[in-house]
Amino acid sequence: MINLISQVKLCVIKNPILVSKSFQRLCYSTIKLTSDNYPQVKRNTQFKKLTSDDLEYFQSILSPQELIVAKDRDDLNFYNTDWTHKYKGQSNIVIKPKSVEKISLIMNYCNKERIAVVPQGGNTDLVGGSVPIFDELILSLSNLNKIRSFDELTGILKCDAGAILEEVDNYLKDNGHLFPLDLGAKGSCQIGGCVATNAGGQRLIRYGSLHGNVLGLEVVLPDGTIMDSMHSLRKDNTGYDLKQLFIGSEGTIGIITGISILTPTNPKATNVSFLAVNDFKDIETVFKKAKSDLNEIMSAFEFMDMKSMKLTKKHLGEVDGTMSFPLENDYPFYILIETSGSNKDHDDAKLEKFLEDVMGDGTVVDGTMAQDVSEIEHLWKWREMIPESCQSEGAVYKYDVSLPLSQLYSLVELTNAKVKKDGLLYDAETNPEGQVIGAVGYGHIGDGNLHLNVATKEYNKTIEKCLEPYVYEAVSDLKGSISAEHGIGFQKKKYLHYSKSPVEIKLMKDIKNHFDPHGVLNPYKYV
Amino acid sequence: MNKLKVLVPVKRVLDYQLKPVLNSAKSGIETTGFKFSINPFDDIAIEEALNLQSSLPKGSVTTHAVSIDSNGHCRDILKNCLAKGIQDVTWINTQDTPALEPLAIAKILKQFVTEGDYNMVLLGKQAIDDDSNHTGQMLAGLLNWPQLTNASKVEVSKEKLDMVTVTSETDQAADQVLNAPLPCVITADLRLNTPRYVSLPKLMKVKRKPIKELTLNKNFPDIDVSQRLNIVSLNEPELKKPGIVVGSVDELITKLKESKLI
Repeated sequence: MINLISQVKLCVIKNPILVSKSFQRLCYSTIKLTSDNYPQVKRNTQFKKLTSDDLEYFQSILSPQELIVAKDRDDLNFYNTDWTHKYKGQSNIVIKPKSVEKISLIMNYCNKERIAVVPQGGNTDLVGGSVPIFDELILSLSNLNKIRSFDELTGILKCDAGAILEEVDNYLKDNGHLFPLDLGAKGSCQIGGCVATNAGGQRLIRYGSLHGNVLGLEVVLPDGTIMDSMHSLRKDNTGYDLKQLFIGSEGTIGIITGISILTPTNPKATNVSFLAVNDFKDIETVFKKAKSDLNEIMSAFEFMDMKSMKLTKKHLGEVDGTMSFPLENDYPFYILIETSGSNKDHDDAKLEKFLEDVMGDGTVVDGTMAQDVSEIEHLWKWREMIPESCQSEGAVYKYDVSLPLSQLYSLVELTNAKVKKDGLLYDAETNPEGQVIGAVGYGHIGDGNLHLNVATKEYNKTIEKCLEPYVYEAVSDLKGSISAEHGIGFQKKKYLHYSKSPVEIKLMKDIKNHFDPHGVLNPYKYV
Repeated sequence: MNKLKVLVPVKRVLDYQLKPVLNSAKSGIETTGFKFSINPFDDIAIEEALNLQSSLPKGSVTTHAVSIDSNGHCRDILKNCLAKGIQDVTWINTQDTPALEPLAIAKILKQFVTEGDYNMVLLGKQAIDDDSNHTGQMLAGLLNWPQLTNASKVEVSKEKLDMVTVTSETDQAADQVLNAPLPCVITADLRLNTPRYVSLPKLMKVKRKPIKELTLNKNFPDIDVSQRLNIVSLNEPELKKPGIVVGSVDELITKLKESKLI
């Protein structure tokens, strides 16, 4: 429990708005067990139920700070429940080893004893991948959280998997660099989890995906073998690029314990502007122009629709009354553009010319530009607080999809139409019983990545049946991917075929079986 | 009916979220490549002037911002003020005069206020670069006007526009409420309001607008701006030792004993 409290505290200090509300709202008792919600998923009887002998073994290698045993049913809610409050496992033990060797010993033992294990980072996963489905042992990486080394000349950072993204980013900033990945959950999420899930985020447009930036990994395989390939080489053309297999493997074939990653230098000058347009087509126009005019200094291009901003306004208004909306009026769509470069005057001139053009020809109808660093943070907050705001009405069904840019928003419109057709859309007058507040869309235009969030009053089967597989079919029809950056986890396992061919799925299964023949690592998920 | 003529002096400073770094000559802070913004307290003063402008009867309030520097960089923040709705702005160019002390600034402002016939000066309680917290008080002294400092609430009597009521937070639990007749000097504290964002369409409109410029030599020839203070040296503050995390209560007690704290 000591660890739990310190974690909560840490989050609260780091990011007061982001966390305080969700922790106030935590009401774990109302969350249904995953096993009750999905009775068709059965516990694998090959897996051993933990005995006192197992516990004794864990105690023999772990210190009291590295082992939490539930005394009460609710003690481990924090670890058993996912961020979206949709999935809840029933594990009674969390182990938090402080060394890679201990993780190796534990995996070796669990593999032999057929004890199922779910590796867990910051538990900010959105597809139910980081929590147990039944009684899997939770292996938390949070005690493995040191920065191992940093080379200022090459920008190569080596760190433990459990290091928190924001802390690593701050450390790098003190050293003139930054982490090539940034996302809303940065105050809680861990580097290892980000790599294991191949997280995307807002900086991807500028710095590319983790597949390009990660130079090496240290991984504990399901049988306890430690694969050490913590290279600091940008070029290494000797055989299969094994580390790539683990990036995005979601803890199914190994536990990432160490990361070697190339980090870019921190751009000195950052500008953020928040713009309004009347039509989704205008977003495309602005994006095209931004790509050519802002070119190498553009570091984020995000869009938000009106409904997502309305929900955020309401939610932020409840949390922090001082956060005023950047614009005086409401518009159908908003764009957030960030530029970062090395020369402020140069960037300012480019941005100014760009803004003059897009406002001059009427594409952008309103907007603002951050005047100081805190306004930069506040403008970002309007984008980063959307996920939490969508959930503030009760529950949220999250879909993170890749689509061709021109089709990106049509999925939101289709979804709203489907919900309405099924009579689920809430309307104070015509349908006060409706459980769905609405489908909202936002995301990373630069990567063709839409976040479709369906805000609802609760999780229930009727809503789920209305949305799934409808949304996945629609994505497939539009030639998109059913998971752009959130991964597969538990939520999307059965829908994998919408994005992967039978041959690909077969190969994925072969790989899983090769590394984890007994299937003890993160079962019931992925493939 | 009286008119309210509000002057808001504003200063451009190193962004408050950035860590200042000493330059290599140790004569000041490094400026190249760093973001400079309006002093946050001045931004609050601007917001309050705009609030007065919109809440009091139409046409009864005029607002004017002024900034003093040697290179004209402050014109950026003055344009933002215009875009937000301040009616007029002026840059006072100090040319090659070394950085001015609060007293010199107050003297310049005094002349500017007298010539412009303002009856309210609204400014940040302090600039976050030198943290002097002098200018407002010195200006009130030089003008022989009442001063209402550290305002967290400003009210102007609506009928006659002749009295001001200011609430300020004190170190004691109670708020202090002060009344004063116009003209007066008010300094703004953090909790007075939350500044608005600059509207881009409005910023575009004022961008080409020329900014009135006055120079120290020509327009303020009689003011003694000579330095009275000598900076002996500038040094980085001593680094704070990082904290440690203890694993148990026993360890905490041991560490406290080791450090002779208990």
